[in-house]
Formats: sequence, C-alpha cells, structure tokens
Amino acid sequence: MKAISFCFQIHQPFRLKRYRFFDIGNDHYYYDDFANDDIITRIAQRSYMPAAETLMRMIEDSKGKFKFALSISGVALEQLEQYVPEFIDQLKKLAATGSVEFLGETYAHSLASLIDVEEFAEQARMHDRKIEELFGKKPKVFRNTELIYSDDIAPQVLALGYKGIITEGAKHILGWKSPNYVYAAATAPKLKVLLRNSKLSNDISFNFGNPEWPEYPLTADKFIDWIAQTPEEEQIINLGMNLEVLGEMKPRETGIFQFFEALPRFAAERGIEFWTPTDTIKKLKPVGELSVMHPISWADEARDTSAWLGNALQNEAFNKLYSVAERVRLCDDRRLKQDWDYLQGADHLFYMSTKRLGDGAAHGLFSPYGTPFEAFTNYMNVLADFIVRVEEQYPLSIENEELNALLTTIRNQAREIESLNKEVTSMRLNIEHLGEEEKKGAKKPVEAVEAPKKSTAKEKAAKPKATKTKTTKAKAEVKK
Amino acid sequence: MKALMFGWEFPPHILGGLGTASYGLTQGMASHPGMEISFVIPKPWGDEDRSFAQIIGASQVPVAWRDVSREYVESRIGKLMDPDLYFRLRDHIYADFNYMATNDLGCIEFSGRYPDNLLEEINNYSIMAGVVARTLDFDIIHSHDWLTYPAGIHAKQVTGKPLVIHVHATDFDRSRGNVNPTVFGIELDGMHHADHIITVSNLTRNTVIEKYGIDPAKVTTVHNAVIPLSPELINIEAPRSKDKVVTFLGRITMQKGPEYFVEAATKVLKNNHNVRFVMAGSGDMMDKMIRLAAERGIADRFHFPGFQKGAEVYKMLKASDVYVMPSVSEPFGISPLEAMQMGVPSIISKQSGCAEILDNVIKTDYWDVDAMADAIHALISYPALHKQLKEDGIAEVNQITWDKAGAKVIDIYNKVINK
Repeated sequence: MKAISFCFQIHQPFRLKRYRFFDIGNDHYYYDDFANDDIITRIAQRSYMPAAETLMRMIEDSKGKFKFALSISGVALEQLEQYVPEFIDQLKKLAATGSVEFLGETYAHSLASLIDVEEFAEQARMHDRKIEELFGKKPKVFRNTELIYSDDIAPQVLALGYKGIITEGAKHILGWKSPNYVYAAATAPKLKVLLRNSKLSNDISFNFGNPEWPEYPLTADKFIDWIAQTPEEEQIINLGMNLEVLGEMKPRETGIFQFFEALPRFAAERGIEFWTPTDTIKKLKPVGELSVMHPISWADEARDTSAWLGNALQNEAFNKLYSVAERVRLCDDRRLKQDWDYLQGADHLFYMSTKRLGDGAAHGLFSPYGTPFEAFTNYMNVLADFIVRVEEQYPLSIENEELNALLTTIRNQAREIESLNKEVTSMRLNIEHLGEEEKKGAKKPVEAVEAPKKSTAKEKAAKPKATKTKTTKAKAEVKK
Repeated sequence: MKALMFGWEFPPHILGGLGTASYGLTQGMASHPGMEISFVIPKPWGDEDRSFAQIIGASQVPVAWRDVSREYVESRIGKLMDPDLYFRLRDHIYADFNYMATNDLGCIEFSGRYPDNLLEEINNYSIMAGVVARTLDFDIIHSHDWLTYPAGIHAKQVTGKPLVIHVHATDFDRSRGNVNPTVFGIELDGMHHADHIITVSNLTRNTVIEKYGIDPAKVTTVHNAVIPLSPELINIEAPRSKDKVVTFLGRITMQKGPEYFVEAATKVLKNNHNVRFVMAGSGDMMDKMIRLAAERGIADRFHFPGFQKGAEVYKMLKASDVYVMPSVSEPFGISPLEAMQMGVPSIISKQSGCAEILDNVIKTDYWDVDAMADAIHALISYPALHKQLKEDGIAEVNQITWDKAGAKVIDIYNKVINK
C-alpha cells in the first residue's frame, strides 16, 4: 500500500509601500494596497480559483478518494477576504467535502519559531482560531513557515497540541534515509515528522513543462509510475508546493491542470491512494527518530534559513523587530497588533537577500524592490515608525528586565485574583450553607463571614513576593 | 601583438578620469604575454611609469628636419626620449612643416591640457601622428577619446592598419545634450573611420549607436576597472568628525548633478541634524551651489573645501561615511569605485555607467531626490546597511581589475586584425 499526500501552500505577504525616512513619525500606514490587491487578484484568477475548481472536480470524480492538505497563512486569508472573497467561498466548499485538511502554521508567515517561543505559540494559536472560524476545523498537523524545523521547534509544536509536523526532506539531514517514511521528532518522540519529497515535488513545481528537462514531457502516467517504482516499504510520498504552481508558475497552456486531473485515475490503477497528513499519522508508525540540530527549510539550495537570515541586513532587521515583541504583546491597540503581524512576514527578509546566481534569481523574482538594499532601507524606515508607536505606549527607557518583573507581577496578580475569586465563591457557598443551617438554628452569620476574609487579605500580601522571586530565579537560570 | 595608442593624459599629470583609465588599461593589457604597447601622449614630464609601455611624447616628435647632433638631442630631451628614436622619427618626416611653429628640434610644443586653442592642438597632434605611424612597427591603432581620433585616422590612412577607438565620453554626456557641432563632427568622423569602437559602458554604447547612428555590431563595451590602492593610501590618517559626513567629490558642473546633492542634503537635514555635507571640487556651477545651499538654509552644515588632488582625495574619502555621485550622465564614473576601495559606501545615479557593473552600492535616479535622501539617511542611521555595503563593497571592487578589461580589448584586437 502506497499513498500520495499533497500539501498546497497559499501565501501572499502584505507588501510595503515606498516609505521614506521623512515619513517616520508622520505616516502610520505602511502597505501598498494597489500592488497587494493587484497581485492577489491576478493570482487568484489565474491560479487559486481554477486550481480549486480542478481539485473540487478531482474530489467529486473520485468520490472523495482524492484528498489533500492546504496550508494558508493568516495574512493571505486576510487579503483573500478583502480582495477575493469568492475564493474563500470556494475554500469553504472544499472544506465541506471532508477531503481537505487545513494545516496549522504561523498566522503571519513569520520566523518567530527561530527567536521567540511565546510569539510562535501566539501565532500558531491565532492561526488555529482563524481556520476554525472559517472552515470549522482545528488543525491537527503543523506546517511551519517555509517548512522551517529543528530540534528546538519540535517540543514547542507538540506542546501546542499538534500530532505531527511537515518539513523538508533535506538531503543533508537525511543522508541515506528516505523521506518516504514517517519519523518521530528526536526531542519530542510523540510528534510525528512528515518529510516533503523534494525531488518529486520539484519535478512538478519546477521541471514540469520545461522542454529542456530530459524527462519532458511529464505525464500523469509517468509520474505515478515513478511513485509506484519506489521500494515497497516506502509508503508515503509527501508532495509539497505552492498552489500557484497550478496556473501561475506553470501557466494553463503547459497542461498542468490536465496533469493533475489525470493523477487519481492512474493512481487508482496502480493501487496508490491519496491521504491527508492526518491519515498518514494515523495509519503509519514512525520508523525512527529524526534529529535536526540546525534549522532546515525548503528554500534555496542550502535548505537552511539563509534565505531570510543569511546576511547582516536580514539579521539586523529581524532582531530589531523582535526586540519589541514583548512590548507589542502588552499593547491592546488593534492597529498596532495588525501591523505587528504584517511586519513579521518572512517575505520582507527574503527580499533583503544578497545571494547571487541560482538562488539570487528566485529572491529577485518575487521582490517588489530593485535591490536588497532598497528592501532593507524601506523596511527599516517602516520599522522605525512602528517602534516609535510601540514606544509611545511602552517607553524603551524601561529596561526589558524591569518590564519582565512588572509583567510577572501582573500575571501573578491575575492568578492571585483568580484563586481569590475561587476562594470567595467557595466562601459564599459556605456562607449560604451556614445561612441555611442558621435559619434552622441560631442567628450569627456576620462574624463567620468576616473572619475568613481577613485571612485572605493577609495571604494576598505575602504570596506575590514568593512567586515573584521564584520566577526571577527561574529566568536567571534560563539565561545561564 | 604591437599596439600604437594615442592618448591625451597619463598619470601622474592628470586632469580627469581619462588619464587614469588609459593608464590602467595599458597596464592591464601589458600583463598579458605578447602584448607590446607604444603610448603617445602630448607632453610627458619624465616621471611617468614606463615599465609596461613605451611612452612617446608628441612634443619630442620632429615634424621638421633639423640638423642636430646626438649629444644635443641627448642633453635636450634625453630623459624623455631615446635619441635613437628621435633620429628614426626624423627620417620619417613626410612633408615640410617648417611653416608651423616648431622648436630647435623641429618639434611642435604641446600643452597636454585643454587650452583655448584645443582644436589647433588636436590638429597638430594628428600631424605628429603621421611621423610616428611611419616610423614604428605595429599591428593595430588605438585612440583614446575624441582628442586623439584625428591622429588615429591619420595613422590608419598612412599605414592601412586597423583603428580601434575608445570612447571614454561623448559630447552628449558633457553637455546634457547641447552638443558642440565641431566636437560632434570630430567624434562622428572617428567613429566612421574606426574598425571597431570600444565604449566604457552600455550607456555610452547606446549613445554611440543612437546619437551617432553607428552599427551596433561595431560597438563593444569594455567596462573600466580600478587599480588597487597602496596600503598607505588605504590606511591614510584622516580626522573624524563627531557628525556623519556625506561627500560629493568631483567637478561641480552640470554633468555631475550637484544641485540634486544639495536638495537631498536639505531633506536629510530637516530630520537629522548630526550630519555634514561636503561638496569637494571646483567647477562652473560652484558659486551657484554655494548660493543654493544658503537659500535652503543649510549653509552651516554644507561645506565647500574646493579642489582636492592626490592624497587629499583619499583623506577626504577616509573622513566620509557616505559617498554620493548624482551624475546626470556619467559614461563610467571611476570615483565610486575608489570610494568603495576606501570602504565608503556609495550612492550613485542609475544614469552612470559604473552602475551597470556594481552591486554593492545604492542606485537611485539622479532626479529622485527623495530616494537619494532616503538612501543617505539609511546609510547613516542603520549601521548594518553601512557595514554590509562597506565589506561587500571592498570585496566586490577588488575583483574589478584591469587585466580582465585588458583581455577583452585584446580579444577585440584579434577579431579586428583577423577580419
């Protein structure tokens, strides 16, 4: 038994408008609405919508046997809701078939997993909520931004309640191993790791329709044949790509839609099924543990994070942004929070890459900027204004340490209040009981109420100090 | 292969980029085995580097026969020219030029600069070229810039050897379109007679094709390069100001776009007060720029230290945080490369030829003052950008060497000779 598991990505960033330094402090709107509208509308018309139609037909024709997963970033969903709501309706219909699984990811398509544990969790939860709200299902499998994965990330993903994670079957971590199995995360054995088969995925997303490729033309028959020829023990082929491959990267005239439509028939002939990632996790047991010391991704030749954090510019922008993370989380200004999400998009860093040759071309192709330096300057100007706004709410003059201390106090107080509330309610219940008893017996309710209250007030004074010292100690240990 | 080159300037006595480029190219070509170069310049001073090329001073080439002794020649011009060569040249005088102003050796005196009677000097240079062409043995003629095109044409007509002309600039660059008809005529004549035309950038190549109507197949771009700086220059001591320093260095003329620099400075100074702007150089627009800076109310932060030469240039760069070249039309523009060598990040106009080969610079349109101001602000406010451009800039510019440019020129020679 063999199965193919398709996972299509939909993501579009909020591109920034030209933002000069003299706009800092004067203009707080950062986005190029025209370009964002234009690009997502064009791609939706050329690719997303016809692709969704094709996939819908494939599900219907195969009576639900054709299944796949979709991973849509929160920022893309926002743009789609705003500019192409009809596509959201299409997605809802796909969701209703039950053959489509929606995956979890970071709402902002951010790199938070590499720097900020708390932000990462927040982003994942936020995205879960969005998916549940739109499609009625809470994601069970996680697909981190750009398939970024490492030993550090695995336990976080497990703690967030996901059963599995999809990442790149990068050659340098697999070595002799095959991506066509389920693995367990070395640092969180309960988390199952699914690996994208990059060779077969790229045959569709890059080589398809290229007459210079020796295997040209790629037909569904041939493709399924390749999968059928893989060793029998290798049961799962994860194919991951942008949904844009259908219609945008590979235009309609290459025959990409027909290629996809023909896949289920040839697969059925050879007894190959289609699974969602959750199916895979349920049906297959991990064959071993997979350890990934340094973060991997599906980008560039190196398959690491150098596409976003490969040079000093990118690191500077990245660190500057997350230096205010804590403060932003304290804010409840909705616009500020929204900008925070949009500015976290990994795309902004991608545009700042100074890589050359093959990889450089990909960076240049998607960038709205002429050069990486322009990308950096523009982003930093926007960030400067954003930080000014954050500062207005939480001045940078307060040290992070101090802020942390204040934060823990506030959090402890919240917990305190909660426990006190519980106490109060239980007291009330007691009093009611007492009252009832007293109605039956003697009439002395007043003293009984006052006595316990005094004791709680004392506790309140004593408790926070204890918890505070504990947490600061814990923090100091972490720092070491 | 032997090449006869005609040039106008040669270091260390130079007035602009032409001399530096001629020198670098000659040196780069000479590093390839089998390449011999005779370089003719109007007036050598005796302190030129002659290690890689035979330098011939036009002022030492006789055009009228004089009966002089070997000792006399030795004592008069011995440090500039081998007396044997003088006598060989004297044997090839092809007409009687006694009606011209010649000296005791039968030579025409050249200023080697750009005097008011420049056209006359150009003509004399071409007369002199006839003698040189008849005397020397060479396979190809190479003329640097329009001043030497007539000499190249003359040499070609005398010997039938192929002519390559090197366009370092056109009059369209110098005049923002208001060309001098005489200069245009000389340029056009050179281009028509040339067997091949070398331009210093694609920008210039397009000008040659579009404005002069030359067949594109005849025009090839060979980008300029830079000569590595000596460690003394790189480590030159310069006073560092508390403020950030943004520098413009070059002739203050229409071609260089100085007014855009002043306007960008005005914008930067509105938001950022710890910056000083320096416009080093001289030129016919200097007074106008001083007035403009005063009108904009930035004169206290905008400085005019005047013309800089030799090591002062490098000192000036060393003291700078940002280098700006807002040229309206720059055939190549060597100065940003020099700034990069000194580790100063550059902002250059997209209308300059060097923008075609440089990656680690910020490019803006010369008229886009907002973009220029933004780039200046970014370089002084975001240290990561400054560091990245500085480090990668040094690495990049070190790869732009004259021997590579020289190889391309030699390729062109081979094609032209074997045609």
